[in-house]
Amino acid sequence: MKQTDVANPEYFHKVVDCQYACPAHTPVPAYIRLIAQKRYTDAYLINWESNVFPGVLGRTCDRPCEPACRRGRVEEEPVAICRLKRVAADHKDDVAKHLPKAGPPNGKKIALVGAGPASLTVARDLAPLGYELHIYDAQAKGGGFMRSQIPSFRLPETVLDEEIGYVLDMGVTTFFDTYVDSMAALLNKGYDAIFVGSGAPRGRDLPKLPGRKEADANIHIGINWLANVAFEHTKEIGKRVIVLGGGNTAMDCCRTSRRLGGEDVKVIVRSPFADMKASPWEKEDALHEGIPILDNHVPREFVVEKGKLVGMTFDKVAAVYHDDGRRELVSTGADPEFVPCDDVLIAIGQENAFPWIEKDTGIRFTGWGTPIINDDETFQSTRKEVFFGGDSAFGPSNIITAVAHGHKAAVSIDLYCQGKDPAVRPPPYVNLVSQKMGIHEWSYDSIPTVDEREIVPLEDLKKALNDRKVEVELGFDLDAAFVEAERCLNCDAQTVFTDVNCIECDACSDICPTNCITFIANAPEEELRQNILVPAENMEQDLYVSGTLPTGRVMVKDEDVCLHCGLCAERCPTAAWDMQMFFYNVTKATPNLVDVR
Amino acid sequence: MSYAKPNFRHPRLPKNALGYTVSDYDGAISTLCAGCGHDSISAAIRNACFLSSIQPHRIAKLSGIGCSSKTPTYFLGKSHGFNSVHGRMPSVATGASVANRDLTYIGISGDGDTASIGMGQFVHLIRRNVNMTYIVANNGCYGLTKGQDSATADLGSLSKYGAANQFEGIDLASLALLQGASFVGRSFSGDKEQLEPMIRAAIAHKGFAFIDVVSPCVTFANHVGSTKSYSATRTQLDAMPLDFVPMREEIRTQFDAGTSQAVTLHDGSVIHLHKARDDYRTDDRMAALASLQESKENAKFLTGLLYLDPNSQDLNQTLNLASRPLNDLGKVELCPGSRVLNSINEGLR
Ligand SMILES: Cc1cc2nc3c(=O)[nH]c(=O)nc-3n(C[C@H](O)[C@H](O)[C@H](O)COP(=O)(O)OP(=O)(O)OC[C@H]3O[C@@H](n4cnc5c(N)ncnc54)[C@H](O)[C@@H]3O)c2cc1C
Ligand SMILES: Cc1ncc(C[n+]2csc(CCOP(=O)(O)OP(=O)(O)O)c2C)c(N)n1
Ligand code: SF4
Ligand code: SF4
Ligand code: SF4
Ligand SMILES: [Mg+2]
Repeated sequence: MKQTDVANPEYFHKVVDCQYACPAHTPVPAYIRLIAQKRYTDAYLINWESNVFPGVLGRTCDRPCEPACRRGRVEEEPVAICRLKRVAADHKDDVAKHLPKAGPPNGKKIALVGAGPASLTVARDLAPLGYELHIYDAQAKGGGFMRSQIPSFRLPETVLDEEIGYVLDMGVTTFFDTYVDSMAALLNKGYDAIFVGSGAPRGRDLPKLPGRKEADANIHIGINWLANVAFEHTKEIGKRVIVLGGGNTAMDCCRTSRRLGGEDVKVIVRSPFADMKASPWEKEDALHEGIPILDNHVPREFVVEKGKLVGMTFDKVAAVYHDDGRRELVSTGADPEFVPCDDVLIAIGQENAFPWIEKDTGIRFTGWGTPIINDDETFQSTRKEVFFGGDSAFGPSNIITAVAHGHKAAVSIDLYCQGKDPAVRPPPYVNLVSQKMGIHEWSYDSIPTVDEREIVPLEDLKKALNDRKVEVELGFDLDAAFVEAERCLNCDAQTVFTDVNCIECDACSDICPTNCITFIANAPEEELRQNILVPAENMEQDLYVSGTLPTGRVMVKDEDVCLHCGLCAERCPTAAWDMQMFFYNVTKATPNLVDVR
Repeated sequence: MSYAKPNFRHPRLPKNALGYTVSDYDGAISTLCAGCGHDSISAAIRNACFLSSIQPHRIAKLSGIGCSSKTPTYFLGKSHGFNSVHGRMPSVATGASVANRDLTYIGISGDGDTASIGMGQFVHLIRRNVNMTYIVANNGCYGLTKGQDSATADLGSLSKYGAANQFEGIDLASLALLQGASFVGRSFSGDKEQLEPMIRAAIAHKGFAFIDVVSPCVTFANHVGSTKSYSATRTQLDAMPLDFVPMREEIRTQFDAGTSQAVTLHDGSVIHLHKARDDYRTDDRMAALASLQESKENAKFLTGLLYLDPNSQDLNQTLNLASRPLNDLGKVELCPGSRVLNSINEGLR
């Protein structure tokens, strides 16, 4: 194997599993350490710089970081990264004074369509550079789906208002209650660039299912219904409710129904329970609120009596998994099942829709209805001054993905407005500093604690179901937050190996609690993976290979289950190993937005 | 400084025949200097016991005084141990082995502990062929007392403070050969590939198994001019590799015909020797002595299994002692009563 090039920042970035998995690459372990030090404001600021909405995301993030978390590979549960983010948001001091202001005008004007997380991120990243920013949204307030879709019992309005405010306060001009109905017209308004962050606003229907038209009064498209609830146009629902679908929208629909008068609320889904798209914790929350989930049920018909919906029938199926990974739902042959109900909420997915973008604007679309985009770095459309991001770019995703797109699109827009090539990306900000404090001492808590994952306390169920605005999760108290923060393995404390210093005493290999280090004859990667002390079966994790040592061998470290405990470096007589803190901040239009020492 | 190893282990650690992982053979975290050769020997012992699937509670670790003698704390944390007086481990080992012949005895000593203060006891251990493995972690100095030259320091080797040693060093392997040891090996702490199988063979051997392991002291004897530093040892190293295949285990490695020979131990396990030279044999004491002498003259440091008598008679057999451990014998067997005493006395009249 070739010697590992640790000068390439992506090598160590990948070692920080959570940060690497986070679409916006939030420096997770850095903020977790700040929480352990009770520096909640600083922890918040690091988050804010990376993900713009720490308070929102600390409650609602899809948290791709957690399944990636190293802790989950050495014990049962990952670090509660997401809920620690909420701790920073809940316990910070007033942060307004630490946030950047709009820069002196640079003479360029940008339009942003939609005020969801994608557009707000673009605005936040560009404002300090002096851009004049105009945000258009059909809704009365900013936030996009964060406001219209995510129910208040998961995300209180105060949290949303605060964090949207931080962005809009940077001199952004808003045009709310303004639906942009013509891209051609917008293009004629003299903007230097346009960002489209209009989301994926069309909820799927079941137009062909028998009875659909007749029962229309009691059938609602999930996302429209949720928006109506959020804006208080809808205040109640029937006692018996069927929610169709198995994703997070279905979970929000059923839980909201329980709060608007639904007593017998059921989620009914085509796929097996385990294959449902909803996150495990969302399913748990629904079950906890007394909502049964009926899986393997395919909708057959809306049953209407005397012109009114009385229930639905379903065909029962079983999933058959084929060798090529394909899943097929085959009928069990059982009789169709009738489920009585007063209302049905259809939550079976969303689509992109751009009825307001004319063909002759030169913006072209794929067969899926998404815009054709240069690549997932520039987000530039087939019309050079128009950029897409968030759900509008590749279809429905989540807030943190929208934020990540926003950072990249802002960089592109800034380059484009300066007449530079958006494909030539500025590098990320990286830093690598030794953590040595004494002969055998590191400036971080190197030896991992053994505590199990803390559980987030919940509001009393009865109280929660009484009022859709009562937040269900109470958040960690500070003691629990400390214990949880200490569970983090500090994966950003990198083991850096300097081969010329190594005297091949084996001390590091002998001490390593998880047998990561082997001194061995070099070989191709597949062979090395087998030959080291414990075979490296996790192909997603890299091998760190040194240059050739005096005995002709190489040092091979399997990054998979390294605890970042620093014992290798402690036991090394020559400091060939050193623990060095790696800080990685993604490329942004404004590189440094906050100041955290 | 860390005083404890984290509790987490690799989730896919291999298991031995007893279902244990190598971490079940771990001890406390070492307090020796970072990079000490002794820690490598500890790891080699741990690995050897794991690989040979020995029940940790059927092992007793014995030692004297010195950095080397401290190491039993740092491996086999679930085994028995006796940290004796300086140079006096042999008498404790002899007593223990006679009292309970069923345990595996591993003695760890230093060059000071063995070649100076403990020399008198050491030779008697050999002479009596006590059934144990005796490892000397040989750094050519008294590490624990700040690095004074020991009796194994080579002539002319420079101390940390620059003085050349004026005396010829004692070669413990030659001494053991001369004194009639039934198993004599020599190795280097930095060569686990050789050391691990050698320790496994020594443990399987019935009788006194002696291994002299050069083990650099990073603090007091790893400088330029020290003959027992990592680099000096590696420069001179002339290693005869070996493999250990325990009884009933399939032989997986393929050796070229004529380059390897096999020695079968009394329990059926096999040691494979990969020849460093044509006339290499392990059953010729004189030849072993000669090759040690010869390699020294050629400024080489010969390591490998030097001599082995797989059929030697250990102390328990020689003295015709009870075949079961004392703690296994009942009151009647231990104290047969006045009738038996009378009959013995009668027999002596
Ligand atoms: C029920 C539900 C629950 C969800 N829960 C979560 C969750 O818990 N966590 C999570 O991470 N994600 C969640 N999501 C997904 C998340 O809300 C979206 O992925 C994210 O908001 C997309 O951001 P965006 O900026 O691309 O667009 P959006 O947030 O969709 O915002 C688009 C905005 O553009 C406006 N707009 C559209 N067209 C026009 C136009 N022509 N003129 C003017 N304005 C226009 C819309 O009014 C809207 O406000 C959920 C989605 C749904 C449906
Ligand atoms: C009876 C007695 N005499 C002297 C000492 C002092 N002493 C402690 S360790 C040691 C030498 C240890 O040398 P060695 O066995 O080579 O061990 P190392 O520390 O080098 O591994 C001496 C002389 C002692 N502890 N007890
Ligand atoms: S242990 Fe900490 S740094 Fe490592 S992946 Fe988990 S949260 Fe991130
Ligand atoms: S930091 Fe070093 S000793 Fe600790 S687990 Fe990682 S490689 Fe092993
Ligand atoms: S502890 Fe240091 S000197 Fe010893 S083998 Fe490891 S890296 Fe090399
Ligand atoms: Mg010594």
